[in-house]
Amino acid sequence: MKKKMRFWLDGPYLIWTAAFIIIPLLMIVYYGLTDKNGAFTFHNVMEMGTPERLKALVLSLLLSLLATAICLLMAYPLALILNKMKTGATGFITTIFIIPMWMNSLLRILAWQTLLERNGVINQFLGMLHLPKLYIINTPYAIALGMIYDFLPFMLLPIYNALQKIDVNVVNAAYDLGANRFQTFWKVIFPLSLPGVISGITMVFVPALTTFVISDFLGGSKVLLIGNVIEQQFTQVGNWNVGSGLSLVLMIFILISMAIMQHYDKDMGEETTSL
Amino acid sequence: MFFCDLTNREPVTSLRIARQPQILDSEGFELRKLLSRVYLIFIFILLYAPIAVLIVLSFNNSRTRAKWGGFTMKWYVSMFQDEVVMAALFNTLLVAVLSALIATVLGLMASVSLLAMKRKARNVILSMLNIPMLNAEIVTGISLMLIFIAVGQFLSRWGYMIEFGFGTVLIGHITFNIPYTVLSIMPKLRQINISTYEAALDLGASRWLAFRKIILPDIMPGVLSGFMLAFTLSLDDFVITHFTKGPGFDTLSTKIYTEVRKGIKPEMYALSTLLFVSVLVLLLIFGRGNRKKSMTGLVRI
Repeated sequence: MKKKMRFWLDGPYLIWTAAFIIIPLLMIVYYGLTDKNGAFTFHNVMEMGTPERLKALVLSLLLSLLATAICLLMAYPLALILNKMKTGATGFITTIFIIPMWMNSLLRILAWQTLLERNGVINQFLGMLHLPKLYIINTPYAIALGMIYDFLPFMLLPIYNALQKIDVNVVNAAYDLGANRFQTFWKVIFPLSLPGVISGITMVFVPALTTFVISDFLGGSKVLLIGNVIEQQFTQVGNWNVGSGLSLVLMIFILISMAIMQHYDKDMGEETTSL
Repeated sequence: MFFCDLTNREPVTSLRIARQPQILDSEGFELRKLLSRVYLIFIFILLYAPIAVLIVLSFNNSRTRAKWGGFTMKWYVSMFQDEVVMAALFNTLLVAVLSALIATVLGLMASVSLLAMKRKARNVILSMLNIPMLNAEIVTGISLMLIFIAVGQFLSRWGYMIEFGFGTVLIGHITFNIPYTVLSIMPKLRQINISTYEAALDLGASRWLAFRKIILPDIMPGVLSGFMLAFTLSLDDFVITHFTKGPGFDTLSTKIYTEVRKGIKPEMYALSTLLFVSVLVLLLIFGRGNRKKSMTGLVRI
């Protein structure tokens, strides 16, 4: 009786997961490793080797690593500042970081065009102050800026949550035992916040590596990222086999970053369970 | 910043009570406070500049966003007459409500059964839950597109077909929403005292009645915040919709994406500003308690 009941409860979810998550991912593997007639081939994966695509892949890796690093450098001090605030203020301040997400994300990225253009808002402002102007629209720098803007909250929130969980007594004990501010940070606070940092890194790196919208809007179709290459294969060229083959290469990088995350927070999984 | 009390530190004695460094070196404290204020304002400007731009553009009396043609409210009127924009809005809202609803029901069922599971089975399910959250959206979108194509080809032997449009987009949205609803509901469910539920059963209540009367009221905040989170994610989604939609079916996001090349209709700015403001107002009225929950759900911790 009980077993039957349980099947009815988790059955729909399990069937859904199998049908729309597991099997579709296997479809990518299938399409990626076969040709149009269904014969096994590595040709689609090797398509990544063309100079143009390799360039897109390398650029994507560089930009997403850069964006992740800058996000981390910006978000960590921010999380420390927010963490110091009184609890009432934190609720308010963290809401401030959520509110922008309610504006359509495509339009928010698009707004950066207006901000960064040759005669855009930023340049007019710089002109008023007689400062040198900024010409980065339609370059990889604009794309990196867009990534940082779009994904900063994903870095901030996990770090902030990790800092919130640190027991104040542990920090006080460090001071009590004679550690200075720097030592306390480096030996106590930072290691304890590491799960948040790692989770933040993957939450920024994966979407930054695979984006095609940000590069479309801020790269002015001059700069191709690997996301654009794959997107075009599916929506314009219509070659699903090559598209899947290229996706397989991309998935290797995603898997690596997932594996790093799994490795670093063994107890994180436990936490998700105990949630 | 972290070095300022290196020099004037007193020697360590075992009797010393926990030191409060902020109070001791007040000058460094003031400077730090100032620096962190400046930094917060900088981040604030970075986050809100694009939104300010969009709101200003929605009042711009000029069809291009390149120049300012004076203040107008006309886009706020004309958007209601634009059938294409209204259809996209309708599709967006319909998909968001339905996918959030179905994902919440499925997530609730999965959470209840997860609670009763053995640890090992639960960990397997939980790591499956992680897949759509950790995976790249483009990969999820492509994989869904491929499965719909494959099933469509399979069904075509019997004369059936799969039409890319509302149905496929809805399935896609439910798929990426389920994990977030489970992660919102699970913590509430774990706090439940199972004895009250068992007591209700002992007193003759059916399982369903006991669940409805005892468990559901307690986990309601989690269920609601799961629903809200799913609704928000669906409302804002572009990538999954892009790959699972067909020609002739558009949500606001996909409409904006196709319009970018030829210039965004000013009505889009007006509509998005209106949506943004209404969500904000709703949030201020209802969401006070749930806000933090949905935020933590978003970062899956």
